[in-house]
Amino acid sequence: MITTSGLTKVYRSRGREVTALDGVDLHVREGEVYGVIGQSGAGKSSLIRCVNLLERPTSGTVTVAGQDLTALAGRGPRAGRELRQARSRIGMVFQHFNLLSSRTVQDNVELPLEILGKSGKERSRKALELLDLVGLADKAKAYPAQLSGGQKQRVGIARALAGDPKVLLSDEATSALDPETTRSILQLLRDLNRQLGLTVLLITHEMDVVKSICDSAALMENGRIVESGTVTDLLATPGSELAAALFPVGGEASGDDRTVVDVTFQGESATQPVISQLSRTYNIDISILGAAIDTVGGLQVGRMRIELPGRYEDNVVPIGFLREQGLQIDVVDHDEPALVKEGAK
Amino acid sequence: MTWSEMQPLLEQACTETLVMVGWSTLIAVVGGLPLGILLVLTDKGGLLQNTVVNKVIGQIVNIGRSLPFIILMVALMNFTRWVTGTTIGSEAAIVPLAIGGIPFFARLVETAVREVDDGLVEAVQAMGGNTWTIVRKVLVPEALPSLIASTTTTVIALIGYSAMAGTVGGGGLGDLAVRYGYQRFETGLMWITVAILAVVISLIQFAGDFAARSLHRRGARSGPGPKLRLLKGEEPAPAEVGKVA
Repeated sequence: MITTSGLTKVYRSRGREVTALDGVDLHVREGEVYGVIGQSGAGKSSLIRCVNLLERPTSGTVTVAGQDLTALAGRGPRAGRELRQARSRIGMVFQHFNLLSSRTVQDNVELPLEILGKSGKERSRKALELLDLVGLADKAKAYPAQLSGGQKQRVGIARALAGDPKVLLSDEATSALDPETTRSILQLLRDLNRQLGLTVLLITHEMDVVKSICDSAALMENGRIVESGTVTDLLATPGSELAAALFPVGGEASGDDRTVVDVTFQGESATQPVISQLSRTYNIDISILGAAIDTVGGLQVGRMRIELPGRYEDNVVPIGFLREQGLQIDVVDHDEPALVKEGAK
Repeated sequence: MTWSEMQPLLEQACTETLVMVGWSTLIAVVGGLPLGILLVLTDKGGLLQNTVVNKVIGQIVNIGRSLPFIILMVALMNFTRWVTGTTIGSEAAIVPLAIGGIPFFARLVETAVREVDDGLVEAVQAMGGNTWTIVRKVLVPEALPSLIASTTTTVIALIGYSAMAGTVGGGGLGDLAVRYGYQRFETGLMWITVAILAVVISLIQFAGDFAARSLHRRGARSGPGPKLRLLKGEEPAPAEVGKVA
């Protein structure tokens, strides 16, 4: 649905060059919620602004719903008619809502319809329908200043949906909201994604956002995507930074001659009594340092940090046993290739 | 000088001032608004970024703003004669007043429009709006309270200028005060003119502030003030209402 290839954005100011995007290849499938996570300055904002060409990429292409937007851009800084039409089919919600304070809630939602040239009657019908959808039917005549942050964002979402877009871009939509409101807004986005088959590309710096609604995720660092994939695949990737961040388990080894192992359960394997089997089969004492079960991307996932007596060399066989059970095993602080990276940091 | 002698003079002077200031304000607003908006749009990073146009308009506005009005008036005499056929009288005074008012108002418009949050412009761009849509639906309506305040400032400045225009034959209250109050030592009449000007300026300021504030407050929690609210108890925090069914 959204594909970027070799997307590069370089800002030039006073002879200095800053590379915000450095060859980003992103592929968002139709109907999924895709989260791009990264710290501020990683290039997330530039990326999402390049998708509807609010920012002109320095090079690379952006394709949305089969249409090459970069080809529509033209040369000058102004957006031509074709690009503007394409934009009207892509909804966007913003961190600071960006509602017009001079217009009522209903008039804010009608704005994109005015731009599309719809008649007054059609506009108000559609606006009221959308306000109903986001649960704000009773606030149609209110002004944005009279609403709470969560309500403003609901208006922002209703407005973004006015042009019946297939794609919704969300630029840190929940970053200015408190945790509870964040949850309700994410739930709304999830519901819209399911009900309307809306493809959602969101950027965020909050791991919780990715955890609660994303089907796929990408990690951005220094203008590059360093990891990406469906959340399920990421969790199954040994040494995945995203997986570790999505699902952290704590706990330190209690001594030098111990082996600490992270065990990740997914689906089937979650129901097997592996730990007690391990203990019985090899006659070893296992201590659990930390454990959590959570729903990630609608999937039950468990992660446990356990400690086995003896060094890694002594535990090769039990660890092999765990791997055989279809569990994902990460040995902590051991020189396995995937973890060398972490040690280097 | 008796009141019956002063009354017709005052009435005429008031009308003249009204005509001069009214028309010149209208022209200053009509001319200054697009210029001010253009200054923002053509600026670096603006929607219609154009350094040449921006520099040219900026320079014209600067010259218009910095030239003392009395010199502008004299310098424009030929132009005034070409437009109105004369250089004397209230109608002739409208020309330099309007031309002095345009750059004055344009700078104020520029400041007001610059205050509009870039995010709103971005949001409308993302909806597929063009530059004209952004000007009409975002920049002007969102800056409206400031634009009204700017208009108030412009009207008051033009009243000041109109007194100067009066001394070279424009008529109006300023002219009356100078001719009778200063040159004929009619102190009474002078003080009456001063009083009228003070009242008029206060009224304009008040009306302008009121209009700007009521627009600005639109949507902000109106209703009972702090005292009443205390009586009614704390307002409940705005709740998250409704979810998708």
